[in-house]
Amino acid sequence: MSSSSVVQFNIQVSADLTQNVKPLLHEIKHALDNLIETGQTTIIDLRSIPLAPGEEDHILKTLGLGEVQAKLDALGLSEIIETQYAGVWVVTHYNDENHIISRFIEITTMPEILSSQTEDIMAAYSRLAITLQDDQEKN
Amino acid sequence: MTNDFKKKKSQKEQTFGDVMRSQGVSRRSFLKFCAATASMMAMSPAMIPKIAHALENARRPSVIWLSFQECTGCTESLTRAHTATIESLIFDHISLDYHHTLQAAAGHAAEEAREAAMEENYGKYLLVVDGSIPMGNPGYSTIAGISNYDMLMETAKGAAAIIAVGTCATYGGIPHANPNPTGAVSVNDLIKDKPIINVPGCPPIPVVITGVLTHFLTFGTIPELDHLGRPKVFYGQSIHDRCYRRPFYDKGLFAETFDDEGAKKGWCLYKLGCKGPTTYNACATTKWNNGTSWPIEAGHPCLGCSEPDFWDGGGFYKSLSMPTENITQTAIYTAAGAVAAGVAIGAMNKSKKNSAIAAHDKTTIDDLEK
Repeated sequence: MSSSSVVQFNIQVSADLTQNVKPLLHEIKHALDNLIETGQTTIIDLRSIPLAPGEEDHILKTLGLGEVQAKLDALGLSEIIETQYAGVWVVTHYNDENHIISRFIEITTMPEILSSQTEDIMAAYSRLAITLQDDQEKN
Repeated sequence: MTNDFKKKKSQKEQTFGDVMRSQGVSRRSFLKFCAATASMMAMSPAMIPKIAHALENARRPSVIWLSFQECTGCTESLTRAHTATIESLIFDHISLDYHHTLQAAAGHAAEEAREAAMEENYGKYLLVVDGSIPMGNPGYSTIAGISNYDMLMETAKGAAAIIAVGTCATYGGIPHANPNPTGAVSVNDLIKDKPIINVPGCPPIPVVITGVLTHFLTFGTIPELDHLGRPKVFYGQSIHDRCYRRPFYDKGLFAETFDDEGAKKGWCLYKLGCKGPTTYNACATTKWNNGTSWPIEAGHPCLGCSEPDFWDGGGFYKSLSMPTENITQTAIYTAAGAVAAGVAIGAMNKSKKNSAIAAHDKTTIDDLEK
């Protein structure tokens, strides 16, 4: 998994500087329990939590890599990664310049952005129908 | 499909959803955009579907941008917004009908564009203002021979809402700093009958500017504001409360100089003049320069640029706990028999203004080394 830090600063920090790392990991555990019991999805926006340099990496390292690593090419790259804890996903959106614009931890069976969207399916149907019609007319 | 949309609706009638579809943006890309928008506006991720629904149906608004006594830093900030694709989508959607710096038209043609946009969208357009308004003499700052005051009052009449961008437009900013030679005032000082959203900062964080625009597009209303007219989603918490160095403050661990052990260990910058405890802004979580860093992470105290009169706060490198006025002098004024405390303060302010003119205080290398 790529690091969020573009530049490495020479600042010595402990891994738990803001004291937000452990509560966040516990929040993920509770959300996972909720997913098992009720099927409810939880999304945590990592931007909304103050984290010291290195702490986000510490969280991602703890969650680790699982079986699924998907890449999405839509308005820039997006990485959708299942962590070593099934049901816990890290979704990172980049812009065209490859800078992170948002990062979420999603506790779900599958992040919605991976599913084909109804509007896109309808547009795809129209496109395919037109293509086949064109072929028929040519023949 | 794309051509159908173009045929059916004029540009002004198009919704945000139409604009995106006409550009071949997939629904999946739109969801990504909405996720980034929710994050940018500090909204709960649970709001993503609601944002998607509202934005899909948002109409294309006319925007008139007026620049008065300013340095163009606010426009520079906005046009270098790091989420380039997201911002470009917003800009593709709004109809930016007038902006001195960005528009191709000049002179009479430019002013005609402003007048036409006002007439065509009366009561509906969004007015964005950066820069303060000089009241000392109308000639201090004019555009096409029109004083800043006249242009603001004329354009504000038909605006649905006004966004004051940057500390100059919100509080008068640097032009308003002692001794305020042009008599600079803020938008808020002059307009009392329109909703005004203050987006202070020198400059404001780019995504905060676009976040406010997006909020207006998404919900058609102005966001919830604090007592200084700032959107609470971005200015609701102090830099200090969101600062990753806060635990050091709580433990009493401070950098005393810019190169001591404390500075190297990333300790709290309070004693070096950090204005984080009294400053409300989103720098600590949104950060600057492609989300790379922000002043405190780079080892410099917060200057408090999103607060009123930050330039006259008594020195960027003076700790907040140090008095900004000459206490002895205040005591003399009071002891001299001033009946009301206000008289002493008034005399102090006059004296401060005169001494500021005489001394023209500057930050020197010595100040930085204190």
